[in-house]
Amino acid sequence: MRLDTEIRDALFSFLLRIADDRLILGHRLSEWCGHGPILEEDIALTNISLDLLGQAEAYLKFAAEVEGKSRTEDDLAYFREVIDFKNCKLVELPKGDFAFTIARQFFFSQYCVLLCEKLQQSSLEQLAGISAKALKETTYHLRHSYQWMLRLGGGTEESRQRLQNAVDELWNYTGEMFLTDTIEQQLSAQNIIPSFVEISALWKENVARCFRESSITIPQTGFMHSGGRIGKHTEHLGHILSEMQILTRSFPKAKW
Amino acid sequence: METPINTEWQLWEVFAQEKTGEPHFHCGSVHAPDKEIALQNARDVYARRGSVLNLWVVPAKEITATSPSESGEFFEPANDKIYRHPQFYHIPKAVRDI
Repeated sequence: MRLDTEIRDALFSFLLRIADDRLILGHRLSEWCGHGPILEEDIALTNISLDLLGQAEAYLKFAAEVEGKSRTEDDLAYFREVIDFKNCKLVELPKGDFAFTIARQFFFSQYCVLLCEKLQQSSLEQLAGISAKALKETTYHLRHSYQWMLRLGGGTEESRQRLQNAVDELWNYTGEMFLTDTIEQQLSAQNIIPSFVEISALWKENVARCFRESSITIPQTGFMHSGGRIGKHTEHLGHILSEMQILTRSFPKAKW
Repeated sequence: METPINTEWQLWEVFAQEKTGEPHFHCGSVHAPDKEIALQNARDVYARRGSVLNLWVVPAKEITATSPSESGEFFEPANDKIYRHPQFYHIPKAVRDI
């Protein structure tokens, strides 16, 4: 693959962003394993978690290739520090209650469906291929969380209130998914990735429709958190990384 | 007196089809509050390893079944007339593919 240095650096950063989103959210979701509200939902959340880890692996593998420094996907997952992780802050927040988890899954899955729909037409064949595969899984993830948004919103007063609280708490973290900076601009100019401004508008439309159907009020848009995309994270990321990385770091090359 | 809210979700029986034209077979059951979630749960519990083409979910309470105490009158009359079973008949060696 021939890419000039500037584009290659931007592509590497972008791949880390989308891979780390999935890696961290996958681990957050895995915390529900054995704690789901019912057996069937426990399995559903764990399935989604595994899908996300699989997608993270594919994107990290590609990132390692693009970087060209003979690192592997495992090196990238297990031997980077907090500041090297480029996931948005939304995915690293603690799992909260079931409504919080569902609202976050809905926000993230809706974003991923829109992103993967465009990425499967990327001018980079490999990126298009990984994203086309991810799109199928992600479409199901969106369906899963959407159905739950409707039911929590239209359920009891308590379920609706819990969902509204979760939406209020998460809302200021959603803007970072659509962050536009030089990396996004460089790559979208080459048709490697879509314009995030466009995706953001579609996302807002779809989310507003879901909110109407779920009797949820759109929070006042104001301050949006950011920083994750440049490695400035909440205190929560360090904890999740230490748990995720300790085994490989204590026993390098361990196999099981 | 206030009626206690039933917090137990309804039980659904799950049937899956693996190939076009093949019958759906019973693969188990799931709990779910409604049919959409029942389908999702069935997918996650029974179809996540692929090879399923179609899923049915049926409310378990809608299934009418025979009870073990009735099995005599339902099934035994057939069992004691061995000529009703295909195994009773000898298939000539020349006949193949049966």
